[in-house]
Amino acid sequence: MNLLITNGRVIDPSQKLDARLDVLIENGSIARVDRKIKANVETIDATGLVVTPGFIDLHTHLREPGQEHKETIATGTLAAVAGGYTAVCAMANTVPPNDERAVTEMVLAEAVRNGACRVYPIGAVSRGLKGEALAELAELRAAGCVAVSDDGNPVFNAQLMRRALEYSSMLGMPVVAHEEDANLNEGGVMHEGFYSTLLGLSGIAAASEETLVARDVVLAKLTGGHVHIAHLSTEGAIDVVRAARRKGVRVTCEVTPHHIALTDESVQSFSTNFKMNPPLRSKEHRQALLEAVADGTIDAIATDHAPHHFDEKNVEFDLAPFGVIGLETSFAVSYERLVRTKVIALSRLVDLLSCGPAHVFNLPGGTLGEGSAGDVTIVDTEARHQITNTFRSRASNSPFVGETVHGRVVATIVGGMLRYDGRAAAAATAPKKKNRR
Amino acid sequence: MRTQSTSLRSKDLLGIETLTPEEITLILDTAEGFKEVSERPVKKVPALRGQLVINLFMEASTRTRVSFEIAEKRLSADTLSFAASGSSVEKGETLIDTARNLMAMHPDMIVIRHKYPGAPKMLAERLPASIVNAGDGAHEHPTQALLDAFTIRERLGRLKGVNVSIIGDIAHSRVVRSNIHLLTKMNAKVTLAAPPTLMPAEIEKMGVRVVQSLDEAVQGADVVMMLRIQLERQGKLSFPSLREYYNTFGLTPDRLRRARQGVIVMHPGPMNRGVEIASDVADGPYSVILDQVTNGVAVRMAVLYLLAGGHPAE
Repeated sequence: MNLLITNGRVIDPSQKLDARLDVLIENGSIARVDRKIKANVETIDATGLVVTPGFIDLHTHLREPGQEHKETIATGTLAAVAGGYTAVCAMANTVPPNDERAVTEMVLAEAVRNGACRVYPIGAVSRGLKGEALAELAELRAAGCVAVSDDGNPVFNAQLMRRALEYSSMLGMPVVAHEEDANLNEGGVMHEGFYSTLLGLSGIAAASEETLVARDVVLAKLTGGHVHIAHLSTEGAIDVVRAARRKGVRVTCEVTPHHIALTDESVQSFSTNFKMNPPLRSKEHRQALLEAVADGTIDAIATDHAPHHFDEKNVEFDLAPFGVIGLETSFAVSYERLVRTKVIALSRLVDLLSCGPAHVFNLPGGTLGEGSAGDVTIVDTEARHQITNTFRSRASNSPFVGETVHGRVVATIVGGMLRYDGRAAAAATAPKKKNRR
Repeated sequence: MRTQSTSLRSKDLLGIETLTPEEITLILDTAEGFKEVSERPVKKVPALRGQLVINLFMEASTRTRVSFEIAEKRLSADTLSFAASGSSVEKGETLIDTARNLMAMHPDMIVIRHKYPGAPKMLAERLPASIVNAGDGAHEHPTQALLDAFTIRERLGRLKGVNVSIIGDIAHSRVVRSNIHLLTKMNAKVTLAAPPTLMPAEIEKMGVRVVQSLDEAVQGADVVMMLRIQLERQGKLSFPSLREYYNTFGLTPDRLRRARQGVIVMHPGPMNRGVEIASDVADGPYSVILDQVTNGVAVRMAVLYLLAGGHPAE
């Protein structure tokens, strides 16, 4: 549980830190961040690498219990640490859903037994995710849930959403909203726009998301509750969130790496690994997302890691389930599409992957402050590599296979324990360079 | 100067979108030769003798299936047709497994009709046989657009500069998408008209003019193509009633007067008389609807022949 990381470029936005420093972890917690620390413990040489607070994913589908053919807590957390994540928030739409204490406890117990990183369960808003009656939110909170969400489905009943926001405000946890008007998007399988017209596929209008975001911002204002918009994907929703923030409404939001990186143009391949919900939007929406990431409107990058079995995706586009995996590609894709293109600085990316998520759900971590959890991620921003179909996740439904990106996770440390060690793999595939720092 | 094509570049015909104008012209020219075959006493040529063509119709179709079957028989191919009902599809077999099992019997071509866009492409990427798209959802129906173009060319002598107005359920029509690709590639001018509820997003980016009234669309048209209203979609908020639809977008002899002299009226079928088209028009002097059906066989013969590696000079 003791570990010294030497000579890395330490970036910790929570302390406005960006300098060449050593990080000492003792008894699972950050003991010191300083120059030239001397300690007789296991040491990782981070020369030429970037050292950050551990990444936290606000939006992961671990699929256990009930859909272990897609993913398990064990494989999902292995994928997480390979992607630099030291904690993931597990969505409630398992089978059975996490709408009661026993399921929360099962998830937490399995995470302790077989998990590679921290797992924070998200409880259901409604019993059975049916959108009718509130689940026992206080029980779920007491059992360890950090937020509630019916993700996969919207909370379509406005009165239920109002009650959820009111009730969860008493419990100090956000309601995570999957925003989609079930009437407007009927039968839709991709973004409604030029490409849905060209391909003859049914569209999901941007308005389907925008109308519900507008409603929930109004309800958050009414109740004083905290609404967190999951996988925000549209320009109109961004405008609503910005305006609400200015008025002091408690609204936070996340974007996914795939909405940052891709557009609906990709669906022309008819590959089902470009089918997810919300769908890949047009380039105008993507541009608006990039601006919102840059100007601080977006609080977090969240993967919406949604593993599906190969057989389930190997069907006609209309018949395939929505969702793509993302834990293992999140950093590299975000680094490639945000930092290398100079949309944001590296420190802002660390903020979006670590400090921001911790702040939104009020989680431990997201900082290298002394005494905080010894959760650290080490990345190599220079490493150029091609994403291959060799994931630790049980699934392989990634839209990024074959893409060449910069940025690789070198090590992931959870509570002072080295949970992912990519040093050998990084060295084996690193392109030969003479002036490696 | 573009050189004339003497063969198709792809092993498959998945849509018009990926064809070049030269390839389109090649298919139409080849079809002219085959039209003559259908008028002989012995309507058969040995071009595809010994080749196996499977017609995989996963969605109901009469006209297109029959047309393909006749085309295959006139080319002397061995043919086999089967529909989704009564097959292992009903037992839960996936499309890919169905196709792989068929492939194990070594067909040379598979003609597929499927309710979902992209299904022919899925097969084309996985199987060595030539795949011919006979309609995939609202995506493409390439042989329909080719037979429409053949009919226009036959009647008007050209495609370039022809004003084609397509009216009706644009949103759910694969015929319109293939026709837009083909007609714009051949420099015809395409106008679309429909209630806004049946007009898909941003379709003007495909290079067409969009208007909101039938009269505006018919004005000055050389070709008026009416699309079928899918009666099974009634009550899905697209328009209030069939009666109102007929009154606003139904083609009547009176409304057709705005068109150019010598206008031709087309319909891919099946028609709903008294909904999108009046019987007086469908059966009237300007209608080429049955010519379209006749030409369908010749065009499909040309497609199959060219995909099998045939050259028009042979």
